[in-house]
Amino acid sequence: MYFTKETQEASLRLTEKWDKDVQKAVQETADQKVRYSTVSDLEIKRLYTPEDIKDTNFTEDISVPGEYPYLRGNQATGYRGRYWTFRMFSGMGSAQDTNERWHMLLKQGQTGLSTAFDYPTLMGYDSDSPKSLGEVGKCGVAIDTLEDFLALMKDIPIDQVTTSMTINPPATILFAMYCAAADIKGVPLNKIGGTIQNDLLKEFIAQKTFMCPPEPSVKLISDTVEFGTKYVPRWNTISISGYHIREAGSTAIQELAFTLRDGIEYVEDVVRRKGMNVDDFAPRLSFFFNSHIDFFEEICKMRAARRMWAKIIKERFGAKNPRSWWLRFHTQTAGCSLTAQQPYNNVVRTTTEALAAILGGTQSLHTNSLDEVLCLPSEHAVEIALRTQQILAEETGVANTIDPLAGSYFIESLTNEIEEKAWEYIHKIDEMGGMIAAIEKGFPQMEIAEAAYRFQRQLDAGEKIMVGVNKYATDAKHTIPLVDIDEKVGEEQIKRLQDVRRRRDNRATGQSLNDIKNACKKGENVMPHCIAAVKNLATLQEICDVYREVYGEYRDPGLY
Amino acid sequence: MTDRKIRVMVAKPGLDGHDRGARILARCFRDAGFEVIYTGCHQTPEQIVAAAIQEDVDLVGLSCLSGAHRALFPRVVELLREKDAADITVIGGGIIPEQDFDALYKAGIKAIFTPGAALDSIVEWIRTNIKPRA
Repeated sequence: MYFTKETQEASLRLTEKWDKDVQKAVQETADQKVRYSTVSDLEIKRLYTPEDIKDTNFTEDISVPGEYPYLRGNQATGYRGRYWTFRMFSGMGSAQDTNERWHMLLKQGQTGLSTAFDYPTLMGYDSDSPKSLGEVGKCGVAIDTLEDFLALMKDIPIDQVTTSMTINPPATILFAMYCAAADIKGVPLNKIGGTIQNDLLKEFIAQKTFMCPPEPSVKLISDTVEFGTKYVPRWNTISISGYHIREAGSTAIQELAFTLRDGIEYVEDVVRRKGMNVDDFAPRLSFFFNSHIDFFEEICKMRAARRMWAKIIKERFGAKNPRSWWLRFHTQTAGCSLTAQQPYNNVVRTTTEALAAILGGTQSLHTNSLDEVLCLPSEHAVEIALRTQQILAEETGVANTIDPLAGSYFIESLTNEIEEKAWEYIHKIDEMGGMIAAIEKGFPQMEIAEAAYRFQRQLDAGEKIMVGVNKYATDAKHTIPLVDIDEKVGEEQIKRLQDVRRRRDNRATGQSLNDIKNACKKGENVMPHCIAAVKNLATLQEICDVYREVYGEYRDPGLY
Repeated sequence: MTDRKIRVMVAKPGLDGHDRGARILARCFRDAGFEVIYTGCHQTPEQIVAAAIQEDVDLVGLSCLSGAHRALFPRVVELLREKDAADITVIGGGIIPEQDFDALYKAGIKAIFTPGAALDSIVEWIRTNIKPRA
């Protein structure tokens, strides 16, 4: 940033004096720690001064909201036109159970829906598969057929509310179910809006909900991008996610770098495979970040993310439409920062993390419930979490002005530093031949494993603190009511599924599965065939089995 | 044979992909001087038991964060018994509500470690309770 010669000289002179004062003061009272660093172990200085941002160019690096490089936000109006979307991730038990929770949340002022599926659905298995033992309805809602999906969407106005679906390998199928549900409800496809997570690369890197190998997985993603661009223009076909990378133990810089590099991989594939122009689909790419407990680090990460993606999409891919340059993102507070011990403290952690996300300029936010480290969130805990967002939005005044921390010596310097280190990773992965090649080498997986282990060791050594765990721990039992999913949910789901298999026209189902197989073999877009198949009541697993048969299955290499 | 190292298998049963804890433990056990086998995610109880027997391990550590531990952990112990391998100790960890502890102990799980357990406490438990089999 430009400082007059006078300011620069004064700054140097005064900083020098300050430094001497510090040297004296620490003789009397030593610092509490030898080294100060973020939760990601990025070293933080005692003081930041004009010297730290003297090379930052206001016009090129900072500018104003709504202007390239969007450091300060995509929207010129900030949160005044509208707040971020209050979007609580939820799903549990049967489709009907989840539908009831959704109606409760909408009544409480939630503005968007977000679906958690159970493990069998996430991994492409039906509820009665032996692989689904013990998992049905546990971590989210069980969806086997379009009938379940229609029960999930019962009385939800899908022309008004947008729905996000955290689904990866079977993303084509859930997207198809949403399109089929719109058809049945008589809503045109260009009127529905929502998101499928549909980011497989971060599954190989971190979340491990994978099915087929990386290359065909990316092909299926490009199919949804092509289909969405043509027929469902308000749909976000990929939510390029850093959340899970972070939860797996990465640093903030790794989260940022690996996520953006995944984004590059997807853009390259769509351009190459589908021959599409980057400006045709880039505006519908969305992102998803974690907001961890280290307040300033998170804010700077989100600001850096916007600036980096704008540069990538404009300079690397030559996009011309300013909307393509925007990095729009959802944020979830960090599940891994919560503690089972003294669980009410989690409200404070989540509030701090939510505040960071708002100051980082998020477009959408999920706040974790205080009990999420123990079980699925109870209705009461969810309500507190939603109210946390509403209090931050309506009472605290933090959304009154845009990017209020801009210009701070520390914030701008840390934003620059995070960006610089993230570029180093991106260049390294470029040199390896891209993200699929890097994954095959185990590179991002091992970088994360290293960081996770280092943090755990720092925690065990007391260098990093979690209140109630390794400091201020008590023996007192803080009991909170836990949500328990009845084993009967699974039994009933299996009955419903088997009933559908008996009732449906098996010839029509078989034919449409065959059509998907042919499309896979010929490299055609599977989406229209998926919509036909779900309408013919093909099950989730039946379609996934076709993918497995044609493309093969990916197995966890078990790196540690 | 007294200098034989303790052989530990860290295993992820079920469809759960939350492997941060499992991978940290695998590293930690290696650093503690144990021989470590890590299965990776998405193993069925049958696969885990077959691997445990083939690798001749002393201990199987199961990690599950999806809520499926109630069905999966007891199944591993049961299958070990069926295969005459009940001398392999099974411990577990993850998101396990306290109300489930009794049933898991009764099913033959020897110890349960939940979030917040220090790595050294787990290593200590193993050193105290597991002797390498001859």
